[in-house]
Amino acid sequence: MTQTDRPLPVDTAIARLVDQVRASLAQGDLDDPLVVGIHTGGVWVANALHRALDCQEPLGRLNITFYRDDFRTLGLHPQVSPSDLSVDVDGRDIILVDDVLFTGRTVRAAMNELFDYGRPRRIALAVLYQRNGRELPICADWLGQELELGDNEQIHVDGPEPMTARIVINEET
Amino acid sequence: MAVEFVRPKIPKFAPDPWAIQFDDKGRLRHLLTIEGLGPQWITRILDTAEGFVSVTDREIKKVPLLRGRTVVNLFFESSTRTRTTFELAAKRLSADVLNLNLATSATKKGESLLDTLHNIEAMQADMFVIRHEESGAAHFIARHVAPHVSVLNAGDGWHSHPTQALLDAFTVRRHKGDFAPLRIAIVGDVRHSRVARSQMHVFNSLNVGELRVIAPRTLLPTDVEKLGVRVFHDMREGLKDVDVIIMLRLQRERMESGLLPSEEEFYRLYGLTEEKLGWAKPDAIVMHPGPANRGVEIESTVADGPQSVILEQVSNGIGVRMAVMSLCMSASATGDASTTPP
Repeated sequence: MTQTDRPLPVDTAIARLVDQVRASLAQGDLDDPLVVGIHTGGVWVANALHRALDCQEPLGRLNITFYRDDFRTLGLHPQVSPSDLSVDVDGRDIILVDDVLFTGRTVRAAMNELFDYGRPRRIALAVLYQRNGRELPICADWLGQELELGDNEQIHVDGPEPMTARIVINEET
Repeated sequence: MAVEFVRPKIPKFAPDPWAIQFDDKGRLRHLLTIEGLGPQWITRILDTAEGFVSVTDREIKKVPLLRGRTVVNLFFESSTRTRTTFELAAKRLSADVLNLNLATSATKKGESLLDTLHNIEAMQADMFVIRHEESGAAHFIARHVAPHVSVLNAGDGWHSHPTQALLDAFTVRRHKGDFAPLRIAIVGDVRHSRVARSQMHVFNSLNVGELRVIAPRTLLPTDVEKLGVRVFHDMREGLKDVDVIIMLRLQRERMESGLLPSEEEFYRLYGLTEEKLGWAKPDAIVMHPGPANRGVEIESTVADGPQSVILEQVSNGIGVRMAVMSLCMSASATGDASTTPP
């Protein structure tokens, strides 16, 4: 098995994502939204979005470890840090942010966790990269870049400063 | 100032008595004692607990992790705090909980421990939480359960009470951060205390600066120094420069067995009063595993005072027990985490 990397441009994807969210906000699609990132990569993207949109309220962080659907097969994942959502989500518009949208299972887990904090008015999804391979009926409202990848290809996002991204290709030798 | 921790020597060819806590992939399956966990597992449990403690601050204090699993509390000895916090921990993980108070039932009718066990196993239990007055009871049960069942020791005889020691370490870490510069003193009836024994293992594994015990000779186990502690018989000397004071419950039945002249004398010499608290560092925290005997080992105003973290210990106990339960249940996971993408 050999592994090759192909770098992905992060800055242009972030710029595109920020532009789209801004345009939506200008149209009044969302009312005073709360930005919430999913650990770990999603928090980095959410940070960039949070800065660009000049949000007043603190960034929310979700660690979906306790909501994953693979506990029975994989057990508890080593955690990074606890969820941190200091603002009441009841009745709020929320921009949920992740780095990569693949199967959709992470986003499902994150939505379940959000609902244990309260009842948001609306949740919209922003992702840096959207790729094929969805296993649930979930799609992004805004995305930095769309990619069509093979089964042997994966997107890796590293960060936080500087944030970099690459496609890792595993090939049988 | 650091104390040298003398690790018990295990003969090379004897089976490691703590190995039973881990499965063949090295995952934690049972929690029977602190020994054998080492700093890495202890730290992992404390870090995981940090995540669960944040869950208990939310509107909905439950996570779906153990949905569909059954946790059975087997209490052969009475307990309020430990049993209820284990029950609450399991419920907050969405498990089904069965509480069996066996101090008053089956075994009294002559059923053997193993028969009781197999009967409950037949009810498709996934985890046993066991408290028993005999040292080693949890070990014994762990050796005989079905392969998918985890066993947690909630206190066995004089031997061990690992979740209490872990929640104490968690509480100390939340208040004081790093363990290396700390002086911790355990005060009172060390001899009969499974909590004290587990605390010594946990704090020494985490490399605490100095661990002290303060007690009359009659309430100390022989060779207690070998557990890695400095021994004091005088409170004024023992509490000097201490950051954390852990008071132990004086078990009144000891009075009758002639180990102590009187409660009053014990309180005068070792009871934590405001005056004696002044001998420790000004920011020292006061802990007690409960239930506390006010006016026997601790003064009421100290137990309720600003330096007391006794009630916080109880709340932290829930998060720590949630962490231990979910980590032990991870051992029955069928897949291999290293080969599957996140």
